[in-house]
Amino acid sequence: MEPLVQGKGPLFTDPDPDRARRIFRKKDRTQTNKVMNLKKAIESYVHDGEYLAIGGFGANRTPVAACHEIVRQGRKKMGFVGHTATHDMQILSAGEVYDRIDVAYIIGLEARGLSTCSRKYMESGKVKVTEWTNYSLTMRLKAAAMGVPFLPTRNLMGTDTFAHSAAKIVQCPYTEKKLVALPALYPDIAVIHVHEADIYGNARFKGISVSDIDLANASKRLIITTERLIHTDEIKRDPTSTRIPYFLVDAVCEVPYGAYPGTMPYEYFSDEDHLKEWLRKEKDPDAFKFFLKENIYDCSTHEEYIKKNGGTQKILDLRAKELLLFSEVR
Amino acid sequence: MTEYNSMELMISVAARELKNGSAVGVGTGAPCAAAMLAQKVGAPNLVIVFEAGGVSPELPEMPISVGDSRTFHKAALAGSMGDIMEYCARGFVDYTFLGGAQIDMYGNLNSTVIGDHAAPKVRFPGSGGANDFASFCWKTLVMTPQNTRRFVEKLDFLTTPGWLQGGDSREKSGLPEGTGPHKIITDMAVMDFEPESKRMRIISLHPGHSLKDVQENCGFELLKADSIEDTLPPTKEELSVLREEVDPYRYVIGR
Repeated sequence: MEPLVQGKGPLFTDPDPDRARRIFRKKDRTQTNKVMNLKKAIESYVHDGEYLAIGGFGANRTPVAACHEIVRQGRKKMGFVGHTATHDMQILSAGEVYDRIDVAYIIGLEARGLSTCSRKYMESGKVKVTEWTNYSLTMRLKAAAMGVPFLPTRNLMGTDTFAHSAAKIVQCPYTEKKLVALPALYPDIAVIHVHEADIYGNARFKGISVSDIDLANASKRLIITTERLIHTDEIKRDPTSTRIPYFLVDAVCEVPYGAYPGTMPYEYFSDEDHLKEWLRKEKDPDAFKFFLKENIYDCSTHEEYIKKNGGTQKILDLRAKELLLFSEVR
Repeated sequence: MTEYNSMELMISVAARELKNGSAVGVGTGAPCAAAMLAQKVGAPNLVIVFEAGGVSPELPEMPISVGDSRTFHKAALAGSMGDIMEYCARGFVDYTFLGGAQIDMYGNLNSTVIGDHAAPKVRFPGSGGANDFASFCWKTLVMTPQNTRRFVEKLDFLTTPGWLQGGDSREKSGLPEGTGPHKIITDMAVMDFEPESKRMRIISLHPGHSLKDVQENCGFELLKADSIEDTLPPTKEELSVLREEVDPYRYVIGR
C-alpha cells in the first residue's frame, strides 16, 4: 500500500505493533496490591523524555492532582498528547513539562477562554508540533489498542491539518477510495482518574468515556487515580461496571477530589471561580509565579491545594452544583 | 417591533435550519443555544450529540464544556468520542455548527495559527473535533460575526474543510460524497454556496443591512443570489424561549 500523499509533521512515537507486543508481554499479570501515594507513583512511572497521555476531557474527569505532581517533581522534555488538553495542558505548560506535542485541541479552556501561559509556551519556539484532530487521536489510540500499525479514516483530507500531521493518504484495496492511514499511538505512560478502583487496579468510572478505554489499552504503563478505593468483592459482584481491568494498571492512588478544579461526573462540578483565577493570574508573570508557588510548588498533596481554595465547604458547594441542588442548599 | 440583539438574531436564524427528526453535532456557546432553541420551538425530536460522548441529553443549562456533566444529563447514552464521530462517519449526523478565526470564500476555516505554522504569530486551539465534524456531517453551518479580519481572501492555515478550492475539489480530495458547507450565518446576512463554483453567495439580508455593508465587511468578492430575501427577525416565541429557557443567565446572548 504505497502512500499517495503524506503529512510533513514529525511522528513522535513508534507505531510498530511487534515492538509494543514485546513490552506488553513483559507486563506482570499477577494480582498484586498496587496502592501507593501519588508522589511515589509519579516518581516510579513518569520519567523525563517519555511520552505522556492524560485521560478525561480537558477539565472533565481529568487527573489534575497527577498533573500537579508531575510539575512539582519537575518532569521535562516529555512528549504529550493534546487530545482536548485544556486545564491539564495549562498546568503542564506552567511547568514546561513537554517539548513536543500531538495537537487536536490545545491552549483553550473551551467556553472559558484561552490560557495565556499555554499560548506563550506554544509560541515560544520550544515545542515541536504535529497537527491532528480529536477523532484522529482517538483512532490512533484505538489502532494501538487493537495491536495494528494504523487505522483508516475519511477525515483530514484536503486540509493543512493533514499537511502538518504525520498521516498518510492511501488507496482502499476494495473500493479505490482515498483513506487516511492514522499511525498507532502507544503512550509510554498514561494517567486516568476514576470514581472507584480496587487495590489491584480494577477500575470503574461513570459518564462519558471520551477515549479512556482505548487509552488504557494502548499505554505501556498506566496510573489510576481514584476518588475512592473499593473492595475487590464489590468489583467481582458487578464485573459489568469494570471499565479497566487490573492487569493494564501499574499503580493505584486514592486521591479524593483528584479532578478538582475540574468536573467529576455525579461527584462535583468544576470550580469556575478558581479556573477564572488561573486564567487571570496567567496574564501577569509575577503574579502567576506566586500563584503557582502557592497552589502547586508549596503544596505537598492535593488535599492541601483544595484546603487553600475553600476546602470541604467548597467541595460541598460544587457537589450541590453538580447535582443541580444549588438553589436548594444555599 | 420587538427589540433583539444580533446574537439573538443569529441563533434564531440558525435554529430554523435544524429540522425535526434530524441530528446535530454542536459545541458550547451559540451553536448549543441554537440547537436548544430548535428543540423547544418546532424540532422536539432533534438529536443533539456532543463530541466527547454525550448523546441526546436533556440540557438543564448551557454546558461550559462539550464534555461536562450537562452534556449527558438525562441522556440516551453517555458514550465515547469514538461513538460520536463514528455516527458522523457513518452518515447519521445531518448538521454541525462550526466557527473559526478566519473563513474564506469556499467556507474553509482556520482555527490553528495566524502567521507561519513553524513560528506562529498567534497560536489557536487547532481543529479539536471541527475537522472531523466538517468532514463527516452532511451539512456544515457556520455562525460568526462578519468583518474583513475574519472573512479573508486567503487563510493562514486551512484547519477544517469547506469546499476546499471550489468546484469538485472537495469530493476529489477523498472526503465523503454529498457533504460540505451549507449556510453561513453572520450578524449581517445569510450566505450559501453557488452550486457550480462553490463560492459564497448572499441569499438573505438581516434588517438594517445592505448588500454594500455586507460586501464592505468581507475580504473577498461575494456572489449574490438572483433574489435576495429579507431575513425574518426573531419571533416573540423564539425570543422568549431563548431568554427564559435556553440562556436565562445570558452567557451567550448577553455577549
